[in-house]
Amino acid sequence: MGIDTDTGIDTELVSSTSSTLRIATAGSVDDGKSTLIGRLLHDTKTVFEDQLHAVVKASRRYGDGETNLALLTDGLRAEREQGITIDVAHRYFATPRRSFIVADTPGHAQYTRNMVTGASTSDVAIVLVDARHGVLDQTRRHALIASMVGAQAIVLAVNKMDLVDWDQARFHAISAEVQAFVDALPDPVPVTPIPISALLGDNVVDRSEHTPWYTGEPLLAFLEAFELRPHGDVGARVHVQRVIRPQGGEHADFRGQAGVVTGGWLRTGDEVTVQPSGLTSTVRALYRWGNEVAEAGPGHAVVVQLDTNVDVARGDVLVAGSAIAPLVGDDVVVDLCWMVDRPVTVGSRWWFEHGTRSGHATVTELLHRLDPATLERHDADELVLNDLGRVRLQLSEQVVADQYHVLPEGGRMILIDPADNSTAAAAMVQTLVAPA
Amino acid sequence: MTALDETMLPHTGDSTADHRQASAHLDALTDEAITIIREVATACENPVLLFSGGKDSAVLLHLAVLAFAPARLPFPVMHVDTGHNFDEVIDYRDRLVRDWNVRLVVASVQESIDKGRVVEDTGPRASRNRLQSVTLLDAIAEHGFDAAFGGGRRDEDKARAKERILSFRDRQGRWDPRQQRPEPWAMLNARIRKGEHLRAFPLSNWTELDIWRYIARHDVPLPSIYYSHRRTVVERDGMLLAVGGPVELEPGETPFEATVRYRTVGDASCTGAVESDAADVRDVLAEVAAARITERGATRADDTFSESAMEDRKREGYF
Ligand SMILES: Nc1nc2c(ncn2[C@@H]2O[C@H](COP(=O)(O)OP(=O)(O)O)[C@@H](O)[C@H]2O)c(=O)[nH]1
Repeated sequence: MGIDTDTGIDTELVSSTSSTLRIATAGSVDDGKSTLIGRLLHDTKTVFEDQLHAVVKASRRYGDGETNLALLTDGLRAEREQGITIDVAHRYFATPRRSFIVADTPGHAQYTRNMVTGASTSDVAIVLVDARHGVLDQTRRHALIASMVGAQAIVLAVNKMDLVDWDQARFHAISAEVQAFVDALPDPVPVTPIPISALLGDNVVDRSEHTPWYTGEPLLAFLEAFELRPHGDVGARVHVQRVIRPQGGEHADFRGQAGVVTGGWLRTGDEVTVQPSGLTSTVRALYRWGNEVAEAGPGHAVVVQLDTNVDVARGDVLVAGSAIAPLVGDDVVVDLCWMVDRPVTVGSRWWFEHGTRSGHATVTELLHRLDPATLERHDADELVLNDLGRVRLQLSEQVVADQYHVLPEGGRMILIDPADNSTAAAAMVQTLVAPA
Repeated sequence: MTALDETMLPHTGDSTADHRQASAHLDALTDEAITIIREVATACENPVLLFSGGKDSAVLLHLAVLAFAPARLPFPVMHVDTGHNFDEVIDYRDRLVRDWNVRLVVASVQESIDKGRVVEDTGPRASRNRLQSVTLLDAIAEHGFDAAFGGGRRDEDKARAKERILSFRDRQGRWDPRQQRPEPWAMLNARIRKGEHLRAFPLSNWTELDIWRYIARHDVPLPSIYYSHRRTVVERDGMLLAVGGPVELEPGETPFEATVRYRTVGDASCTGAVESDAADVRDVLAEVAAARITERGATRADDTFSESAMEDRKREGYF
């Protein structure tokens, strides 16, 4: 076994060349999402013997014929009893080539908010379709959501091919219909259709003998080889989480800003602007995991020490070498998915969280509701649970934001219902206007 | 930075480009965990870190110390002490809090029993594991903690796989899996009302293998029972339980000596050892990578009782 003597990392069993791939699975109820994930876990030998044993036993108890691999992922009692997936479950597996994080998301329309949640952190969305039923409203909704939140690719897994006699024409008809829908989206995404049987394993890990007409890769090979498109370097930003001040001992004079780097690389000596104040300073030192480093890139959790004692607090943003400067303002237009029972109407008030800034948000305009099946934009007086739409918000604080398609990390926001603190919306910044 | 020289924390950088590539996944998990810890500690007023002395909480505490360096960890750690401890674990706990300069709070299950808050099961298979939930919730209320960091991982159990990074608990400390707050982009909503609290799981996306890779990379000290040693044990339900502590022998059981190590560390009455020659972290890494049985299935009598054992305990306020 290839244990690296310096890092203690097993070079054979742990991905060595590619970065982690985050996947969300979506599709309508019973299209076979849980079975597919169970199949991936099983065939990559991620399932442990005691887990498999428990599933075999439970399959017998619930009266399933074949061993029901879906029971590996349906983790809640109500889900096992009703045979549906209610909530996002996260799964982890690795092949010699890559590590994967899978969000198994629910199919019911009433859990669309969980679909948004699962898709929001994913690089690739696997949208399942039952080959017998073809494209459903949920299929379109999920393809739309995947593109809205910025998935880099959609895999259209046409499942249960065993039940349609591996019919090539059926597969092509479904693929063409989804392709046409995705082409009409505001942000089209590449679609890769694959004919599979999650239950029997065809074209999941191993190539199927039943689909000689299919020349593409099996699902896992596609995912292993998928190359993530790096985001363009728009210039580094650090949304300040906290000021680190030891206030005593050896480091009594130390003062640094803790946060995550997004958008680009930050280096010692870089000039930074503190937004929204506009004050400037220079990076004296950078620390990651308690060690000084010369530079830090996207995703790195750092502490930034500035040259001069400028005023910086939680919620402020350090901006360096911006190719595309972030927007500063308090009047913002967002696309959102509504996630609670209380509807959103003009004049309604919410809390917002953006980056590390929070405050009040008042809805000043409801621009439209988006019909996920037809992609038509409708006038609306309110958006209700699971609706997708566009609104304009007046914020109580200025935020330093990016348009979502420019830099997702700078363009995402949540709204919270002040009545009960529930998370009411996932929102994506489209435009931001500075105060007059 | 010299800050960490005061502590026992070792170097954390890895040098060559190859290593950076090979450990990209662990790098990302590390950044993610530190970011979550900083965010919750800043958004909440009075957080605490739950520390069992096990490997997950050791990694969690290590990350928390790094998150605020060179400042001191801005919140205490709390050990929910079942009284059924491995001596090695208590020694280890006390050494670690001293070396890493953190504040320790101990919540005692024995005290909950003495005060009549819980009633202890009796008999040879009695475990205090379930009683911990009451002690934990009482301590959270007594100290007014509004957030408790835990080392839970989604790969541990099916019910955990459903849990959010920030898990909301009502005034009774209950978890309602059907009313969880969505976390789009892993953005955290830490708003609560008085009397409610949050559980935060910065290691949500880690697997057992990731934990060991982190321990190897950063030389995180662990209680010695994680590495192979000779011990008198008895075999029960396919598990090896240590003899000499709270485990009472049942008729027909014969204790024997074996070379074992622990994969998890919990209440000594229900945590089993596995036969193993893995004497150091490198051996353990190889063993974990090749393992075919989950750590809980192999070593926790309490989780094998029913398919929903963990979900039921979590609803009651368990870790
Ligand atoms: N024949 C056949 N049945 C399948 C296939 N995939 C899933 N199923 C069955 O379809 C049903 C629903 O699957 P499940 O994975 O629970 O769907 P989910 O609701 O999308 O998670 C179960 O009875 C599965 O056994 C397949 O490829 N072929």
